[in-house]
Amino acid sequence: MTDPLPSDLGRQLGLRDDELEMIRGTLGRDPNRNELAMYAAMWSEHCSYKSSKVHLRTLPTEGASVLVGPGQDAGAVDFGDGVAAVFKIESHSHPSAIEPYQGAATGVGGIVRDIVSMGARPVALLDPLMFGPLGDERNRWLLEGVVAGIGGYGNCIGVPTVGGEVRFAEAHSANPTVNVMCVGIAQSDRLMTATTHTPQLGSLMVLYGSTTGRDGIGGVSVLASATLEDGSEESRPSVQIGDPFAEKLLIEASLELIEEDLLEGLQDLGGAGLTCAVSESAARAGLGARLDLDQVPLREEGMEAFEILTSESQERMLAIVHPSKLERVREVCEKWGLATAVVATLEAGGDLDVSMAGEQVAKVPALSLTEKAPEYDRPMRPIPTDHDDPTFVSFDGDLREAVLSLLASPNVASKRWVFEQYDRMVQGQTVAGPGSDAAVVRVPGTMKGLVLSVDGNGRYGTLDPYLGGAHAVAEATRNVAVTGAKPLAITNCLNFGNPERPEVMWQFSEAVRGMRDACLALDTPVTGGNVSFYNESGGSAIWPTPVIGVLGSLTDYRLRLPSGFPSPALAVYLLGESFAELGGSEFAETVLGRVAGVPPALDLDAERRLQDLLHEAAAADLLASAHDCSDGGVAVALAECAILGGHGFAVTLAGDLPPHVLLFGESASRVVVSVAPEREGSLRGLAATRGVPFERLGETGGPRAVIDGMLDTTVIELAEVWEGAIPRLLGEKP
Amino acid sequence: MSARIGVVTFPGSLDDRDALGAVELMGGEGVPLWHADPDLKEVEGVVLPGGFSYGDYLRCGAIARFAPVMEEIRGFATRGGPVLGICNGFQILCESGLLPGALIRNRSLRFICRIVHLRVETTQTPITADVLPGEVLEMPIKHGEGQFVASEPDLDRLEDSGRIVFRYCGPDGDVSDAHNPNGALRGIAGIRNEAGNVVGLMPHPEHAVDPDVGPTGGQALFASLLSSVMAGAGR
Repeated sequence: MTDPLPSDLGRQLGLRDDELEMIRGTLGRDPNRNELAMYAAMWSEHCSYKSSKVHLRTLPTEGASVLVGPGQDAGAVDFGDGVAAVFKIESHSHPSAIEPYQGAATGVGGIVRDIVSMGARPVALLDPLMFGPLGDERNRWLLEGVVAGIGGYGNCIGVPTVGGEVRFAEAHSANPTVNVMCVGIAQSDRLMTATTHTPQLGSLMVLYGSTTGRDGIGGVSVLASATLEDGSEESRPSVQIGDPFAEKLLIEASLELIEEDLLEGLQDLGGAGLTCAVSESAARAGLGARLDLDQVPLREEGMEAFEILTSESQERMLAIVHPSKLERVREVCEKWGLATAVVATLEAGGDLDVSMAGEQVAKVPALSLTEKAPEYDRPMRPIPTDHDDPTFVSFDGDLREAVLSLLASPNVASKRWVFEQYDRMVQGQTVAGPGSDAAVVRVPGTMKGLVLSVDGNGRYGTLDPYLGGAHAVAEATRNVAVTGAKPLAITNCLNFGNPERPEVMWQFSEAVRGMRDACLALDTPVTGGNVSFYNESGGSAIWPTPVIGVLGSLTDYRLRLPSGFPSPALAVYLLGESFAELGGSEFAETVLGRVAGVPPALDLDAERRLQDLLHEAAAADLLASAHDCSDGGVAVALAECAILGGHGFAVTLAGDLPPHVLLFGESASRVVVSVAPEREGSLRGLAATRGVPFERLGETGGPRAVIDGMLDTTVIELAEVWEGAIPRLLGEKP
Repeated sequence: MSARIGVVTFPGSLDDRDALGAVELMGGEGVPLWHADPDLKEVEGVVLPGGFSYGDYLRCGAIARFAPVMEEIRGFATRGGPVLGICNGFQILCESGLLPGALIRNRSLRFICRIVHLRVETTQTPITADVLPGEVLEMPIKHGEGQFVASEPDLDRLEDSGRIVFRYCGPDGDVSDAHNPNGALRGIAGIRNEAGNVVGLMPHPEHAVDPDVGPTGGQALFASLLSSVMAGAGR
């Protein structure tokens, strides 16, 4: 502790000068090297949410079904019958940009441990991804690596990957967006929450799982809280390495410890490693802790205190155990071949007191690392809206060709190439997997289905971040509603550029405002989430992309509505109203080559009425199928219904709008449904009562896909284009 | 009385609960077995389930064959007890020498999760005894290393002695390269030992028993296994 510190060490670690002053004020002295490393990690944007907290606080977080809101490892909602559904989404974009396989793999590992630390068994994973265009070799390498990493890890731990989305935009070339959502289920009375489990003075902190090495040091501060610039490959040592086998053992051992009621608390080791787990656990209990680094099992020799304190080595958990239960905890871990070490004791006083080789190496108030981290209301500057709207551009191109180019657009095309690399059926509960509007996973022992979707639209976000945020909530919940389910709550992953730039901060606050309005209108509280800032290079940021993960409930999974037309001779209806809206559309980008204009308006009351109608109509068994109308408008929605169900259609799109606007406009709050003829009357009656506009478009059946005067082709041709697009872009045989 | 079928859990097994569930759904009694157990709890049949035993970092199934429970299973198999290896279980049986050949990386070099069709090539096994020869069954595959390989003479021997149990095929039973998901030699999806009581296959019959979550091609195989065991017990 006597070595003089380099004067700019704080800055090198990512701390600002005024933050250093705050630390000096708290300690009443200069921090030493170890303490600096601890503060730098815990006060990093990634861990502290210091730029986002002030905005996130405005989101609605309470609701009848919410058991655990933001602030814990994951949110939880009451699923009835004594079952709690636990879910959260997180980003691992920064490490994935540098080392796609390990970056994505460890992203899966981290979010799974978050779910386990709430006492839940992970039952589903969903992966929203964004990359640059596939014409570029590096983007192909990133896509292939990220998908292989998600599969390589997820497939090996026995948690099915049941959904996700993949989008492409030039703005995500240098900085791909890699988000992972995990869902778990627990007995409500076994949830590990701050209220149900109270760590006691004198209880022990037991570190179990993998050993601690030098990997991932500075992951949260160097990597996740700064922009990537040239030479970012040098940050590769800050990327963690995943060991899914160890994770699988960790899951089983942890669930057994919880089942036997052996724990007072459980926390995973993720960002900021041991420092975060010990300080958060102690601070939450209103206590301090004495941490002995000599007890930490190390992977390599000669590790210094600050390295052990901030290592982000994967597959480690910290349990809080009453001394009387220690022996049994050790036995359970041993059964699963996991090493245990008592590394700390909970003490009075609130300090985190760290020693190594008999010497005190750090002593800081635990709360100063966690709740008392700095908080900023950063300056904002609005970006003017682009009013050069493509809606009013005339189009005299071939409509059939336009439909086919939209189906071949990688944003729209089948993602089979991606999801066939994921085990979607392990655990045996996947009723609907990837490729559906929303995934449906059974809750074992009940008729209930967890209904899960993720959605984000960066193109809307960049044109109007308020609408981007609101649409993400509306579309993600609509994807759940089209299965007939009721959306219960959401989690969000907010992917943005550098928050120190006022324009980015404005985009962020607008997106949050949009999400807030939509969540209030749709009665879907936010139970937690993650913010990923600094997704930019050379001053150019990713599209502001709020990704929303939704958890919904089906009381009887057998009543799930499919997306595709299930049989011939059904009536096809469009629910919702169509307007002249091509701003920010897939058509404008893919066919006209323009990302411009204003995204579609969003009438949140109309959205609510539509979603309630879907829920009610499905419960009354009035519908044969339902599919959300989004990218590519009605034309793409109809084509997908035909491809997925294997039945063609003959419909007419009427209205005063030009044909290309009718076909490709992306007006919100619309759904294509199919209905048995004998139920049409009931559906029309219900829609009228609920105030949802509807239009009968035609019928299903036959091998052809016909939109009167606009499109006449076969379902087989549509399917070949849609299925073959991504393999072709990757240079493979479809 | 129902047939007692043991399902082994190795550290890293993933489809063990699914296999137990499939046994129970088809009317058997599923008995969990632990890799470190030195006894088989008087089961009448054994399933080695899918997963990544011990992480499979060395070679799929290479470590699992040394598990204490495998010694018991070897003896059980020698005495004619039915043993079914699914996916990683198949890999373990090959590594243990209970079945010939090996499973290597898929020719696409990628993990594949997909519903496939299998043609039943022989009914001389406990899991196909009640199935018609040539019957086409639908069930999923999910593996990164499922390409069955063996030397040409070994393949000929397998073929000549009727030990190929399943081949990948189209919905109508046509075996061709287009329907071969992983490049397996001669389209082989599953084989048996000489006595016929040990069977390994890459596809997952345990994920094809419940129509609410997938196809049902596995029902016939589990039903066969259970009735073979009952018939054996009655002898």
